[in-house]
Amino acid sequence: MTPIRERAPLLTMSHIEKTFSGDVVALRDMNLTVNEGDFMSLLGPSGCGKSTALRLISGLMHPTRGKIEWAGGQGSDDLGVVFQEPTLMPWATVAQNVWLPFRLKGISYNEVRDDILEALKLVGLEKFQNSYPRELSGGMKMRVSIARAMVTKPRLILMDEPFAALDEITRFKLNNDLLELKAAIGCTVIFVTHSVFESVFLSDRIIVMAARPGRVIHELEVDTPYPRHEDFRTSTEYAAHTRAASAALGEAIGEAA
Amino acid sequence: MSIVENAPAPPIIDEEEAARARRAKINRIAKWTLPSLVMALSLLAWHLYVTINEIPHYVLPGPLLVAKSVIEDWGLLWPAMLTTTRLTVLALLFAILGGVALAVAFTQSKWAEMSFFPYAVILQVTPVVAIAPLLQIYVESAFVAALLCAWIVAFFPILSNTTIGLKSADHNLEDLFTIYGATRWQRLRLLAAPSALPFFLGGLKIAGGLALIGAVVAEFVIGRAGTGLGLASTLLEASYRFNFGRLYAALILISGMGIVIFAITSIISHLMLRKWHESALKRD
Repeated sequence: MTPIRERAPLLTMSHIEKTFSGDVVALRDMNLTVNEGDFMSLLGPSGCGKSTALRLISGLMHPTRGKIEWAGGQGSDDLGVVFQEPTLMPWATVAQNVWLPFRLKGISYNEVRDDILEALKLVGLEKFQNSYPRELSGGMKMRVSIARAMVTKPRLILMDEPFAALDEITRFKLNNDLLELKAAIGCTVIFVTHSVFESVFLSDRIIVMAARPGRVIHELEVDTPYPRHEDFRTSTEYAAHTRAASAALGEAIGEAA
Repeated sequence: MSIVENAPAPPIIDEEEAARARRAKINRIAKWTLPSLVMALSLLAWHLYVTINEIPHYVLPGPLLVAKSVIEDWGLLWPAMLTTTRLTVLALLFAILGGVALAVAFTQSKWAEMSFFPYAVILQVTPVVAIAPLLQIYVESAFVAALLCAWIVAFFPILSNTTIGLKSADHNLEDLFTIYGATRWQRLRLLAAPSALPFFLGGLKIAGGLALIGAVVAEFVIGRAGTGLGLASTLLEASYRFNFGRLYAALILISGMGIVIFAITSIISHLMLRKWHESALKRD
């Protein structure tokens, strides 16, 4: 994989500020360049503006000041999103849910049937294409959500604490699978989390943020090459990175207090 | 990856499970036999009460006399029932059309909601009995006047439930639709409408019953002028003539209609929701 410094920039946030109702500063002077192929985690306590940053990047909100620029401009299918909840349509089958991003662009199911099945295969749910979300477990629903986010092969996938509500066993499993998926489709990921362990295991860049006002205070690099497997979790390298990330997060929490 | 596989092990049924299966079976049978039994016993008690106490038929007719009236007056009751049915069904259809159209207009435009919602409420809270005589004056056809009454009563639950339903879509899904650049129409058709469906169907069940009540009230008030509308008019007329057998016969047919409407709307609701909605899930 290309070292971080040699990657081409994908998205640049410069001097971003977001203020709510005039006086609540959610983000202050955020400067960040996301590169092609980054697995970037935004790590920080509640209220540090990490979810606000995601909403700004996704275009659901607009910055009070500053600007966000996509290299080569933003196309309509450059973005995939995974929320904290699976956010599936309960009235639609698994395959119909994955079809949604295409469907909203007016593309019929038959045209993209292969892409849908391939995405479902990647998350291990091809046998469940005709099931309804209620028939699936929490982890399986999240997999459908991930399949939907990547079915259009977007340049950037935003994930907002997607595994926070899952049990640890499922969470570890999905962490491993997510890394495999990212390698398979080669996209860029921005992953919001408040778990140090998750951020170190998954990402090669960790942006540590502090609250009140929300801002970036540290940037860490996890230089362990991919593919990373389960044994990475017990390695000394992992422990060292976790210690560094914990210290940075401790500082973020300390500053806020 | 996690795929659930069906183990081909032979089913082991312990005593507890067997007892539960037995209870379930008994419940299934009791669900039909108990109400039937209650009905039979009530009819018998009614019959005995009337015959033993020699109660005159113009005070309380026995079940046999009522049954006889249903058969003998069928030529009169059947067309009346058709009229009431037509009234009810048309009122319900217009209530669905009007209620859904208005609900969509309300959710698409805040201005429309602000302007018209108060008037929908006024229409709803004004007793239909008070409006009916007016309608009778202004509308020439008694049938149309009665239809308007029944419609006024039936349309509000559809409007109010559908409006809430259309607004109840998951917020993250709303965001997702925004991110993927959904059009207004796509948002309405693919997100708001399916989210509203369970609410709409709940409203439909209420509106079905109310359409019948509205039709009956309208017939009482409007049919009084000798226009001879449907079952309720027949019932009223029978009471003037002390023909209590016919009165009870009409009453039974009206409640039969109510039961049929409820059954139909329940079946529609079940069919449309059974695959995905929590309310239609089987649990043990």
